[in-house]
Amino acid sequence: MIRLIDITRTFKMGEQTVLALNQINLNITSGEYVSIMGPSGSGKSTLLNIIGLLDQPDAGRYELDGKVVTELTEVEQAQIRREKIGFVFQSFHLIPRLTAAENIELPLTLDGVPVSERKIRVQNALQAFELEQRANHRPSELSGGQRQRVAIARATIMQPSVILADEPTGNLDHKIGAEVMVLLEKLQQHGTTLIMVTHDRELGARATRQIAMRDGKIISDQTHDPV
Amino acid sequence: MTLFDTLQTSLRTVISYRIRSVLIVLAMSLGVAAVVILTALGDGARNFVINQFSSIGTNLLVVLPGRAETTGSFPGAVLGQTPRDLTLHDAQLLGRLPQVKRYAPLSIGAAELSIPNRLREVTVLGSNADLIPIRHMKLAQGSFLQHGSGRSAQIVLGAKIANEFFPRIPAIGQHIRLGDSRFLVSGILAPQGESMGFNTDEIVIIPVDYAQVLFNTTSLFRILVEAKNHGQIESTKQAILAALKQSHDGENDSTVITQDAILATFDRILEALTLAVAGIAAISLIVAGILVMNVMLVAVNQRTAEIGLLKAIGATSMDIRRLFFTEAAWLSLVGALLGFIFGQLGSLLIRIAYPQLPAWAPVWASLAAIGIALFTGIAASTLPAVKASRLNPVTALGKK
Repeated sequence: MIRLIDITRTFKMGEQTVLALNQINLNITSGEYVSIMGPSGSGKSTLLNIIGLLDQPDAGRYELDGKVVTELTEVEQAQIRREKIGFVFQSFHLIPRLTAAENIELPLTLDGVPVSERKIRVQNALQAFELEQRANHRPSELSGGQRQRVAIARATIMQPSVILADEPTGNLDHKIGAEVMVLLEKLQQHGTTLIMVTHDRELGARATRQIAMRDGKIISDQTHDPV
Repeated sequence: MTLFDTLQTSLRTVISYRIRSVLIVLAMSLGVAAVVILTALGDGARNFVINQFSSIGTNLLVVLPGRAETTGSFPGAVLGQTPRDLTLHDAQLLGRLPQVKRYAPLSIGAAELSIPNRLREVTVLGSNADLIPIRHMKLAQGSFLQHGSGRSAQIVLGAKIANEFFPRIPAIGQHIRLGDSRFLVSGILAPQGESMGFNTDEIVIIPVDYAQVLFNTTSLFRILVEAKNHGQIESTKQAILAALKQSHDGENDSTVITQDAILATFDRILEALTLAVAGIAAISLIVAGILVMNVMLVAVNQRTAEIGLLKAIGATSMDIRRLFFTEAAWLSLVGALLGFIFGQLGSLLIRIAYPQLPAWAPVWASLAAIGIALFTGIAASTLPAVKASRLNPVTALGKK
């Protein structure tokens, strides 16, 4: 359950102050499939970063599962990112030195999960995302689709309640992109909240709830029945 | 993140940036090796000097008659009272002191050495059998003056004398005339050259009683005393002075010279030298530390996106700091240990090249070198580590 109340975020660009988010109010219930669309500079990525606790609002209140998270310490926020939030990025953000398996293992390592348990969970994830053959390959040896699958496996290894995807298919061709979307949607069907930022209309239309933004404001918020 | 995982992760990072890591480890290890090798040289020189002294005998005390001191003008001084001589009796007295290992009385003079058709004036040393071990002399052939054979007329020849008098036949067992007495050649000294003021190749040694008869004197030139151990030098000196004072009717008229004073000065000079050299070498360690800082700063810039990602998947600032910290620690640790090994190998090579120079790095220098390397490396990584941990994850992720 995500509840944003009067969230405002400004950036200083030289002399000018840019209002990236202008008093955003938004509720997202658990298990929803939300797409956020809008032109560049509309504030959609900033909104995603604030939901993901990567960015702090200048004003407003953010409740995650009934807890006011805007007032938490840096360490507590890191813990929430670790346990409740999974990020999927356009450019994958895999660590080039590590193998696919090790990249997937990273959140478990950060959480201090014992090695034996880590190995089992990583093995299961590799299986679930059909990456067993690629477990010991470096990201540079993987195709774009495989890389994004590794990234999704990493985002879900901690079994987060929310997955935040920022243009997840932006670096992939149409066919592979569609495959990745199926994967993400499958996760959502199993109860994970999926929030996706995109400027691809076709992609955005797949979500049950579509939010459009412009100049830091939500200009439309429509819910459709699943296709 | 557990400490073990942190150490493992940063070690993997170090290994994966191979060239960078090898270079920085090399820089660090050269610094440590420089400290180890230079202190090994300095300490080797120090030990070399000590060894030179102990070849004369570091436990050696030299007793001489007379006493150099300024006194008031009391009647005795005006009368020009001469100090009592040292006698064989005094020497035997010193030999009975518990601190004394052995002693050798020394009587010196010159006499004419001759065989039919050979003649020369030589320096004659009168002493006993213990002169050889006390002065670390070596015999080339034969035997030295036998213990308890003070009454038999034996003579030991210096190497050059033996060669000149008996160029073709073995000298041992020959008779030779010294002054008015006949002596049996019992041994020949090994060539040693100059030592303590005279050339031992051109002397002859006879039992001290014969020397006293030859020179018509009862006094001794010196008494050489060897203390049982180095720590007892001072107490031995006091015991000798006390014994002689008693034997000389309460008169403090002997002087005891130890080598300790001279040795201590050399010791201090060379130790200061070692420290100075170590200090100069330590500068290279600090340079290596700055190099580590530079490398880590570059690493933070290079891995900005990665740091952003780590934060996004839930790493705390502390985790990030520790990762960079341990990375620098690994580099420093490997550099320091490798440097220590290089240093030991270098010292070994020096020892092989110059066997007389005991080039062993002192333990304190090795430990200090490793310690400084670790300290500078880790201290230098503080700034980059803090910088990394303070990165804003959103901007960090945006960087490619």
